[in-house]
Amino acid sequence: MRLNFMLNGKETIVDTQPDRRVVDLLREDLGLIGAKECCGAGECGACTILVNGISRLSCLMLAAQLEGMEVTTIEGVAPEGGFDIVQQAFIDHGAVQCGFCTPGMVLAVMDLLHRNPQPTSTEIREGLSGNLCRCTGYQKIVEAVLAAAALLNGRRG
Amino acid sequence: MPTWAESKIMHHNSRLITSEPLVIGRSAPRVDALTKVAGEEKYATDYYPENYLWAGIKRAAYPHARIKSLDISQAKNMAGVISVLTSQDVLGSNRLGIFEKDQPILADGIVRHYGEAVALVTAETKEILEQALAAIMVKYEPLAAVFDPEEAVAKDAVVLYPGRADGNVLLRGEISCGRGAEALVDCAFTAEVSIALNWQDHAFLETEAGVAWLEEDGTIAMIASTQTPFRDRLELAEALKIPPNKFRVRVPYLGGAFGGKDGITVQGFLALAAQHSGGRAVKMWYSREERFLAGTKRHPAVMKYTLGCDREGLLQALDCTILMDTGAYSALGGEVLELAMEHAGGPYCIPHTRIKGAVVYTNNPVASAFRGFGVPQVAAAIEQVVDELAKIVGFDSLTFRLKNAVRRGSVTPAGVLLTQTVGMGECLSKVQEHRLWRERQSWQKSAPPFKRRGVGLAACYHAVGFGPVIPDYANAKLELTTDGRILVSVGVVDMGQGNASTYMQIVGHILFQGYDNMELVLPNTSRTLPSASSSASRTTFTYGKALTEAANILKERILARALLLFSFQLLEQLSVQDLVLLPGRILHQPSGREVPLKMIAGFMDHSERIATYSYTCPVNKQVLPTGKNLRHHGYPHRVFSYGVQLVRLQVDTLTGEVEVCDLLNCIDAGCVLNPQVFEQQIQGGAAQGIGYALFEDFALQEGKIRTNDFSTYILPTAMDIPNMETVVVSLAEDDGPYGMKGAGEISIDGVLPAIANGIAAIIGTRITRGTLTGEKILLTLRQAGKEAVR
Repeated sequence: MRLNFMLNGKETIVDTQPDRRVVDLLREDLGLIGAKECCGAGECGACTILVNGISRLSCLMLAAQLEGMEVTTIEGVAPEGGFDIVQQAFIDHGAVQCGFCTPGMVLAVMDLLHRNPQPTSTEIREGLSGNLCRCTGYQKIVEAVLAAAALLNGRRG
Repeated sequence: MPTWAESKIMHHNSRLITSEPLVIGRSAPRVDALTKVAGEEKYATDYYPENYLWAGIKRAAYPHARIKSLDISQAKNMAGVISVLTSQDVLGSNRLGIFEKDQPILADGIVRHYGEAVALVTAETKEILEQALAAIMVKYEPLAAVFDPEEAVAKDAVVLYPGRADGNVLLRGEISCGRGAEALVDCAFTAEVSIALNWQDHAFLETEAGVAWLEEDGTIAMIASTQTPFRDRLELAEALKIPPNKFRVRVPYLGGAFGGKDGITVQGFLALAAQHSGGRAVKMWYSREERFLAGTKRHPAVMKYTLGCDREGLLQALDCTILMDTGAYSALGGEVLELAMEHAGGPYCIPHTRIKGAVVYTNNPVASAFRGFGVPQVAAAIEQVVDELAKIVGFDSLTFRLKNAVRRGSVTPAGVLLTQTVGMGECLSKVQEHRLWRERQSWQKSAPPFKRRGVGLAACYHAVGFGPVIPDYANAKLELTTDGRILVSVGVVDMGQGNASTYMQIVGHILFQGYDNMELVLPNTSRTLPSASSSASRTTFTYGKALTEAANILKERILARALLLFSFQLLEQLSVQDLVLLPGRILHQPSGREVPLKMIAGFMDHSERIATYSYTCPVNKQVLPTGKNLRHHGYPHRVFSYGVQLVRLQVDTLTGEVEVCDLLNCIDAGCVLNPQVFEQQIQGGAAQGIGYALFEDFALQEGKIRTNDFSTYILPTAMDIPNMETVVVSLAEDDGPYGMKGAGEISIDGVLPAIANGIAAIIGTRITRGTLTGEKILLTLRQAGKEAVR
């Protein structure tokens, strides 16, 4: 089927099977390898993307569900030549180790901070509990999110 | 098809990266974080070469069976199937393994564990691949099987390898010191524990993956997620009968490994498939379920310990047995047993010991290396029996450990003389002064209703490197490029721990450069030099030492050539002491003149611009009268890291659920090169220890894994891991670069026993079998009449 959606701010038309998994469409057809597949069953969050700004698991979505949607992948997050505040906080606070969970984690954080601009540590931990990380023990991720939230709030204020 | 020249070179696009010169000892953000956080970093999973094929495996449906027939005709004739390969197509020994070569790439006659590879298919699409795998008809004659390691050593046990002299025993050893177990009778106090530990899956997020293709000259080129590219070639060469130099292996950053990619995973299949794909690239990527089925695990262990001390509380004697299950194939089973036995008595002075160990074959999944490498298992046993004995003698658990801790010059319970730095006493003292320890009683008393609180701790040590026989080597290579940049060629894999970034930090420190003037070449058998595996808490310890020397050589050459240049400019005899390397340039201090590195590079021959250094770690030369057959497997080691871990726990008396409220890591891993990366290692290892202790309740039924996804095999989430504190004891270790010791494993070793000791203190009973789940705790509380106690 012919599919029309916004992908990282650009109007995108693809011809694909309606039942193609979105993670395959992104990775194999569109070359967007930032969405990682790790469990294929909606349990780990590594394939997280934003659909109309809300975090979704691309391994559990079918291509047809993207019709008319605004899709953001990790590749569409950073401003030209720089990083989003959340990405920068992940770098600065050592929240990245093997990095396989990182794209999904960053997108989940962006969604979380949009819904809750001033989360407590506990709210961050709850908000990210659908994204598994095997390397960090999560502490530096939580610290990065707190720092990003403080920066964002400073800007708004 | 990816061209070989696209080898990973660090690039930063247009994003700003610090030009500040890097310094040892100061936190620097990891350079790989930039590409990883942007989703740009290409892992082995992310290669989709032009016109590639998918490869996949037909797996055994029995834990032990004879293959009566294997009919591939239907699959072979399907449209879109390129090849269907069986053991008949493997021209070499068809045996993989490091010390004991016993594991076929594709089963040839007998399958020995559930999910063993039987046939290999390549196809145009994933869908066709699945259909072809389903169309392969295998008839099995099921054989009697053995799943319990204790049954496996019984006289009438089913034997996996009838030709072996010692039945199912892969390796058996005994270490005996002083008067051995006999000395227990003279002890004033003794304590016993019996512990059985579960399997653990590495659960790295990037499952096993790679691509490979056959080049025109017959070379098999491969991009794979492996910890061991150089060793893999040797292993593959023999199994497939292809000369080792006909493999080229390139290794991007790994999406986690933790020991689970120490050796061949998909590489044998990839090479074989590439040989039969007419030059087209083949791609493999395990599903999570396949990873659970086919990947290695942490060895389960059954341990019996008796520990004794004198009237003053000084440890005198230890008698212990360790039985490990390595599953159907040896992998690194013998080496894991050795390390377990060497660490079996913990970081204490115990003059009289008998440590008996065996690792055995069963028809279970294959166990091999996993962060800790046998030490988390024995730490679980010794640290619990030490707590029990402390209680009997009447000491608190910390004072008792401090009283018995090894110091520099002590001899370990395995008879190893500690000639290098020993921070055990310092770690314990720091914990003793820490508020989490000092305030433990008031904290325990302030538990809310239906909760019970407790504090547990454990002390551990962890050997660095491979021991006296297997060379712990590294070959560093640095280049000053013609445009004046520094190219750091890394021969040892970065599986996520950040060592590649640390290497840039070392080079930057010596050559006064920032990230912006350096580039990285990740492991590549045709561009970087051979180095041993990324493992054994030795990665930066060894490679860093080689790199330090290479950087010093390059520095000397750069300054010597600059001296000539300045001499011509200033028309006088100059001294090299007058020169200073600065970012991108060299300064002649007395005159204030500068020349760019690029200009110096132009005055150097290609051979001068490349500095290499080969380094092999010193080893322990001690001749031990005991455990002689363990020597090849690593006994004895020379350098050890040390750590104490303390947890504050809260048990819910209504549900049995345990909450880890606080975790303190006090670690002596020598001097710290990059505090941020060090903390990452310590926190990450501790988190895996929490998973091992409380959550990852691996379930096997007759060799079949019942927990094969993340809804049944539970990994800790952000809600399950507390904020941790890491306290550093930084003793300067001469063997390591800048005084460091390995930090990759020490933090996983003590977590399970610290939690187990905390739980025992709370519920008054020790849970000695398997994962410490809420169900078991609730049952124990119920039996003790403590369920739902307010």
